[in-house]
Amino acid sequence: MLVTSAPGWPEVKSTFFDWDYFWDSMPEIFYAFKLNVKIFCIAEVFILAFALLLAVLRSLRGPVFFPVRALAIVYTDFFRGVPTILVIAVLGFGAPALQLRGVPTSVVFWGIVALVLVYTAYVSEVYRAGIESVHPSQEAAARSLALSHGQTLLYVIIPQAVRRVIPPLLNDFIGLQKDTALVGFLGAVEAFNQSQIDASATFNYTPFLAAALLFVAITIPLARFTDWLVARDRRRQLAAAR
Amino acid sequence: MLRIEGLHKSFGTNEVLRGIDLVLDEHEVVCMIGASGSGKSTLLRCVNLLEPIDAGRIVLAGDEITARGVDVNRVRRHIGIVFQSFNLFPHMSVLRNVTLGPQKALGIPRARAETEAVDLLSRFGLGDKIREYPDRLSGGQQQRAAIVRALAMHPSLLLLDEVTSALDPELVGEVLAVIRELAEGGMTMLIATHEMSFARDVANRICFLDAGAILEEGPAEQILTDPREPRTQQFLQRVIEAGRLAV
Repeated sequence: MLVTSAPGWPEVKSTFFDWDYFWDSMPEIFYAFKLNVKIFCIAEVFILAFALLLAVLRSLRGPVFFPVRALAIVYTDFFRGVPTILVIAVLGFGAPALQLRGVPTSVVFWGIVALVLVYTAYVSEVYRAGIESVHPSQEAAARSLALSHGQTLLYVIIPQAVRRVIPPLLNDFIGLQKDTALVGFLGAVEAFNQSQIDASATFNYTPFLAAALLFVAITIPLARFTDWLVARDRRRQLAAAR
Repeated sequence: MLRIEGLHKSFGTNEVLRGIDLVLDEHEVVCMIGASGSGKSTLLRCVNLLEPIDAGRIVLAGDEITARGVDVNRVRRHIGIVFQSFNLFPHMSVLRNVTLGPQKALGIPRARAETEAVDLLSRFGLGDKIREYPDRLSGGQQQRAAIVRALAMHPSLLLLDEVTSALDPELVGEVLAVIRELAEGGMTMLIATHEMSFARDVANRICFLDAGAILEEGPAEQILTDPREPRTQQFLQRVIEAGRLAV
């Protein structure tokens, strides 16, 4: 009511909610959105693998592994502290400018690298929480069966840890899917950038709405799926506690 | 078989074991009794090298297993341990719980490990539970599965850490029956227990632990009915008053 009765509303309505512009721009934005999905899928695979490795390195005990643990902590602190857009800008503009032979100059490539670096830091913390939530008696049981530390992690600790952190992992997936739009900042024509191009060509901002709807069309099902998993886990725990 | 000499172990400033000397012959069953906190569990964990020791040594079948540079995984192949809280792997079926050690630590092929596991599980009344997950089993069944998991490694020494303490009273019997069977089969066992009448039945010897030391040691009947040390007498008096030992 407050919005629709505002003095500027007719103006806003025609520049942000124009159906003709919406349907005109949708095919191009949808096409560009496929790049977002591609960035998301490629980045996610590397993030899941690297983050697990980082979490395992950080869980190693004993003075021998102190340098490894320290490095892992510095990495996590740094990449969780720096705004994602800065990492993308530095890598996306800086790395291709080096003109090194054999190093890709594609901004999409460097955008993905930046997202992997940042999200690996977040996701490794999620994994670490999961690893630490597995009771030490499980490790004792595995080691008493003459399994090595590595085998214990692989067969006993990590499978239980990952199961417990699937909901928070999916939460980070949703964040990553949104942040793929930041790669547009480097000039890659993904959904946000495409809508910006459309908007500046027509002075109508409805294309942004079209891009937003596409993102939401992916993130909302992901969010519901996460809720469903959490609810299912809770039911299982209740069943087990009976 | 097993020889423990002058074993000391502290957690911080708390000295939990103060010079334990204990010898186990092959096929011998020794029960350790004593109040909670007397060091029984810690001693078992030290023997399985789950806790580093501060002083003393442990010799298994002639090899000093607490020496520097010993491959702990190699040692643990010969020593099984069963815990008070079962510690089955909740994300694996009972069968997989039992085959994991033989397959991964001993390198036994899957088919053979599974055949052996099914045989063992059937022998201990779990033949119809091999595909179940631990949380679908009763406490007694879980503990029997944990015993089978330890046995599947063919240990030459089995350590039992108050294996019936977490069980409902009506489930204690089925687990003790399994241990009796193992004792009759000649398994060498070091057992921490609060079940005095069970200890009397199954043990060749009983050790009374008090404040991290073996205060008294002897044949089961003598320790339980005619203890020499006042502390042992006190402890057993409390046990009898609690109705845990028939006089």
